[in-house]
Amino acid sequence: MTLERHKYDVLVIGAGGAGLRAAVEARESGLRVAIICKSLFGKAHTVMAEGGAAASMGNVNDNDNWMVHFRDTMRGGKFLNHFRMAELHAKESPDRIWELEVWGALFDRTKEGKISQRNFGGHEYPRLAHVGDRTGLELIRTMQQKIVQLQQKDGRETGDMESGIKVFAELTITDILKENGKISGAYGYWRESGEEVLFEAPAVVIATGGVGKTFKITSNSWEGTGDGHALALKAGANLVDMEFLQFHPTGMVWPPSVRGILVTESVRGEGGVLTNTNGERFMFKYIPDVFKDKYADNEAEADRWYEDQDNNRRPPELLPRDEVARAINSEVKAGRGTEHGGVFLDVSKRLPAEVIKKRLPSMWHQFYELAGVDITKEPMEVGPTCHYVMGGVEVEPDTAAAVGVPGLFAAGEVAGGMHGSNRLGGNSLSDLLVFGRRAGMGAVEYVKKNTATPVSDAAIKAAAEKIQAPFDRQGGENSYSLHAELQEVTHNLVGIIRTGSELKEAIAKIAEIRKRSANVAVAGGRKFNPGFHLAFDLDNMLLVAESTAKSADAREESRGGHTRDDFPGMNNKWRQVNHISSFDGEKVNVRAQSLPPMPKELFDLFDVHELEKYMTPEEVAKGGSN
Amino acid sequence: MARSIKLRIWRGDSTDGGLKDVVVEANEGEVVLDVIHRVQATQMGDLAVRWNCKAGKCGSCSMEINGKPRLACMTQVASFGEEETITVTPLRAFPIIKDLVTDVSFNYKKAMEIPAYEPPAELAPGEARMEQIDVERSQEFRKCIECFLCQDVCHVVRDHEENKKSFAGPRFLMRMAELDFHPLDQRKTRKQEAQEQHGLGFCNITKCCTEVCPEHIKITDNALIPMKERVADVKYDPVRWLGSKIRKREGL
Amino acid sequence: MSGVFSPTRAKIKERTLRTDKWWLQPLLTFGVLFSFVIYATFRAFENKNYFVEESHLISPFYSPCLSESCEPAATIGGWTPFSAEIFNFALSPALIILIFPLGFRMTCYYYRKAYYRSFWFSPPACGVAEPHEKYTGETRLPLLGQNIHRYFFYAGLVFNVILTYDAIISFRNKEGEWGHMTLGSLVLVLSSALLWFYSLSCHTCRHTVGGRLKHFSKHPVRYKLWTTVSVLNTKHQQFAWFSLAAVAFADIYVRQVASGAWSNPIFF
Ligand SMILES: Cc1cc2nc3c(=O)[nH]c(=O)nc-3n(C[C@H](O)[C@H](O)[C@H](O)COP(=O)(O)OP(=O)(O)OC[C@H]3O[C@@H](n4cnc5c(N)ncnc54)[C@H](O)[C@@H]3O)c2cc1C
Ligand code: SF4
Ligand code: SF4
Ligand code: FES
Ligand code: FES
Repeated sequence: MTLERHKYDVLVIGAGGAGLRAAVEARESGLRVAIICKSLFGKAHTVMAEGGAAASMGNVNDNDNWMVHFRDTMRGGKFLNHFRMAELHAKESPDRIWELEVWGALFDRTKEGKISQRNFGGHEYPRLAHVGDRTGLELIRTMQQKIVQLQQKDGRETGDMESGIKVFAELTITDILKENGKISGAYGYWRESGEEVLFEAPAVVIATGGVGKTFKITSNSWEGTGDGHALALKAGANLVDMEFLQFHPTGMVWPPSVRGILVTESVRGEGGVLTNTNGERFMFKYIPDVFKDKYADNEAEADRWYEDQDNNRRPPELLPRDEVARAINSEVKAGRGTEHGGVFLDVSKRLPAEVIKKRLPSMWHQFYELAGVDITKEPMEVGPTCHYVMGGVEVEPDTAAAVGVPGLFAAGEVAGGMHGSNRLGGNSLSDLLVFGRRAGMGAVEYVKKNTATPVSDAAIKAAAEKIQAPFDRQGGENSYSLHAELQEVTHNLVGIIRTGSELKEAIAKIAEIRKRSANVAVAGGRKFNPGFHLAFDLDNMLLVAESTAKSADAREESRGGHTRDDFPGMNNKWRQVNHISSFDGEKVNVRAQSLPPMPKELFDLFDVHELEKYMTPEEVAKGGSN
Repeated sequence: MARSIKLRIWRGDSTDGGLKDVVVEANEGEVVLDVIHRVQATQMGDLAVRWNCKAGKCGSCSMEINGKPRLACMTQVASFGEEETITVTPLRAFPIIKDLVTDVSFNYKKAMEIPAYEPPAELAPGEARMEQIDVERSQEFRKCIECFLCQDVCHVVRDHEENKKSFAGPRFLMRMAELDFHPLDQRKTRKQEAQEQHGLGFCNITKCCTEVCPEHIKITDNALIPMKERVADVKYDPVRWLGSKIRKREGL
Repeated sequence: MSGVFSPTRAKIKERTLRTDKWWLQPLLTFGVLFSFVIYATFRAFENKNYFVEESHLISPFYSPCLSESCEPAATIGGWTPFSAEIFNFALSPALIILIFPLGFRMTCYYYRKAYYRSFWFSPPACGVAEPHEKYTGETRLPLLGQNIHRYFFYAGLVFNVILTYDAIISFRNKEGEWGHMTLGSLVLVLSSALLWFYSLSCHTCRHTVGGRLKHFSKHPVRYKLWTTVSVLNTKHQQFAWFSLAAVAFADIYVRQVASGAWSNPIFF
């Protein structure tokens, strides 16, 4: 049988927001683009995003601008963010949102007919462009339709709609191929038939999303298996700060089958309050010192804020996610949680039923159909769920080029640096657009200067053998049970609260599972066989988990999405350190690398007293890098 | 609280196939997709099924449960009787691939045929002004999660393979309505195209699409019928037709 | 073999795997509609017992009464443009006007759904394979003609005015003095009111008052109307049945009173 081969200028792996935006950019510059995704087109994780996309358009409060957004982002990330990424993101996201509108998106409107914006945790002003609570769907559908528009244009010009941009849906990439140190293409298989495919291209954009499925309780779908993280590692790229995982404070906790499914932060943005089983609104107890001047310490002020934001501090329910998740965790541990291990989140006393149904339609629907709870009348039960990985491929901020691998680019959740130690809600959707576009541009620039390197037969053979291997083994390990074991390890030992000894135990256990996974055998044929699909995903998740556990073990402080029981509190020395993971073919190695210092013009955007909370006196004295 | 339930799952591919009986545990609060996953993990490792979000947001897990097109992740096991056998089959309007997975490329092909949104030529990013009441009608249709249940249930193609070439199906006729209602869309010929090229006339407004839509979009009442009325305006209403000619002549 | 039995589809031999009583709804619809058609046909040809002079009651089936054969008091100011017979057949006044209400209901979006499903099985119920080999829907004649629904809608409005007039004039006593009321008046009021609801909730009405606009914000009054009609429109199916039942009952009532079988209680 002959191998299916395709040649393109740019290969985009992933059809979420980041991948699609990159593909549009590359195609509009005249290159031929392939978009590859594991599920059907339009089903990527991005469709699940609910709350909105952060962009300082200032439509609702005109005090907002990119500098405020930049400050919020850095604060949220506890100043571990790559300053340049945060800067680009804050500056460019309004344009990216407006661009979507030109492509046909229909955001909710203000009275003046502009795009409406809503409040979200960690954002000083109402900043999230949204459509009810299905913003991700709007984003992805708009870009899907934009791609159709480009295809129709190509169709008019060449007679073939798929001549310039083609979607390969339900195709899993198992290897990124290199020749002479440069990208040459990618290898994968059709999920439907199990047959293999070779893509030859000088540039590859990885936009594969997150890693949630490494954990037991997660808001992510089966696709969140960290494929891109692992593919990049194996291709010689680095991952940065993999210890930082965002546990979203509000996932569903009951019934068990929906455990982890997200309850959007907009519920709190619209006035939802968190209470424990004593009926206490406990978040007031958990306002950390660095946020004391921004958050209300009494109910009266918090309630007034919804009416008058200029003269009141915001309610503590809207603290950054890491704070809220830890608070809920502590409440439950202290025995003030519900019988299912959650706390109560209630909007029913805040808003009339019709308003809830209008502003939070899919939440109403989700609770009504899946949990039998009518959120217009009763509180929801919620608890933390693994939601987002801040860590990811180390990239050049301006081009999204992966450090160390010419021709490789990464954008979206799979890329690291932008969000530091904790991502603000709504900053991901805008991140996808800003850096998706930049990755597309980066790839275009690269392809203009570099010609394609043909893929060698040896590389093809090696990739093909890897796919065949699990079918040739007899009576080996079952991928479903290994996956469950891994999730148990990460959940118990690398979860929200970590300690050194447990992390070491986790590292050993992950290594052991990894050894056994080399012996996974698959029953049945190649045709749409989920057991076979999981065998590859498992391998990726193991690498990601190893990288996370090792980075977490190395970081001896608590910051954002990384909390150490044995090292509570932030340590300003650690703020200067990024953890870089690399792969030597056997295991993941983690080393420290110093964070690039902020240039003066960004440094000066902050109040020095605020910076003193995060930086060492020497850094503050220096006042930025130039 | 776990109990055993009886499931009949269609297994097979394009060459052959049939319903297979299995007995599987179900816990309180579980949906059909959960028990299918349990069957997959414990009894049929290679059972093919599509899913993603498990929260009714992505439209991947479309199948037919007791003969009705539904999302498996939004169908509670408890909604069936204790003794009832739950029969699960793939969508019956599309070509079968394997087990519960069908080839839905028909829908993506149709999506590519609908003329794209045409914004005003001079509209600069950030300058668009639209009133909420003007976008609401189209917003309802944009809730669509592309589960294709409506496309599956619509008898025009479900029962008549040969109509597939000339009928876009409810989801995409609704997309045409969405664009025709869009306050800034400039294309003037959508009504004619809906009728002449995308088969709006095939729809006999029997509302099965509306009945199965998991997003509860009123496809027939809010998209298809209004579109039929708009088509009538431009094609079958001599008075309006005359009126539009006269207005054009007078340059109004 | 086509449809769900096409060679590419999953091989399932049942026409449907639905386990609920999917056949009940079409069966009921068929039963009710069919009975109505039989009764209406019989009444249209009956050509008598449609008018009760002393109570000023006219059956909605026979109003407006436009034939020379009409009893003068039943006509609108004696206007009778149609002759009493064609080709030597006695022409019932009902037959002259029948086409309007009949056409209105036949082309109504709701009734179309109802009879396509229950009479034509296209489809009998959702997810139940239909028996026909070929299907072209409303793409060609005669069904393409459904698109003239709007003209029947306009005619329907005229009829509503006339039937409302009929209801109003029934508020008189034998001597023609106003301010009196019989059970018959109530029956006519009910049927004409429901007819108004049926017409106002019509999809064409919704389209006409505002649905055809692209920018609601530029037409606040029409937007308001559209919003109201949209609310009624969600109940169009109910209004369709209730108004049908009310009209049939009004006719039965008038017939029974006219034939002397029932008396028409006078309230005041
Ligand atoms: C429930 C939920 C709600 C959220 N709400 C918000 C919100 O309100 N605001 C916000 O800003 N963010 C939100 N987020 C986060 C945000 O949605 C994600 O971070 C973002 O969508 C990630 O987009 P992406 O483009 O990077 O990747 P994804 O959308 O995850 O797409 C990944 C793509 O890569 C493909 N892929 C993966 N591996 C392979 C492989 N091996 N071969 C081929 N293709 C592959 C997948 O098929 C998929 O198409 C939310 C996330 C979740 C889960
Ligand atoms: S209403 Fe029209 S489009 Fe919808 S299922 Fe029926 S025939 Fe198909
Ligand atoms: S309109 Fe409804 S049924 Fe049809 S594809 Fe969209 S969500 Fe699914
Ligand atoms: S899995 Fe997403 S809709 Fe069911
Ligand atoms: S009367 Fe039913 S739709 Fe017009």
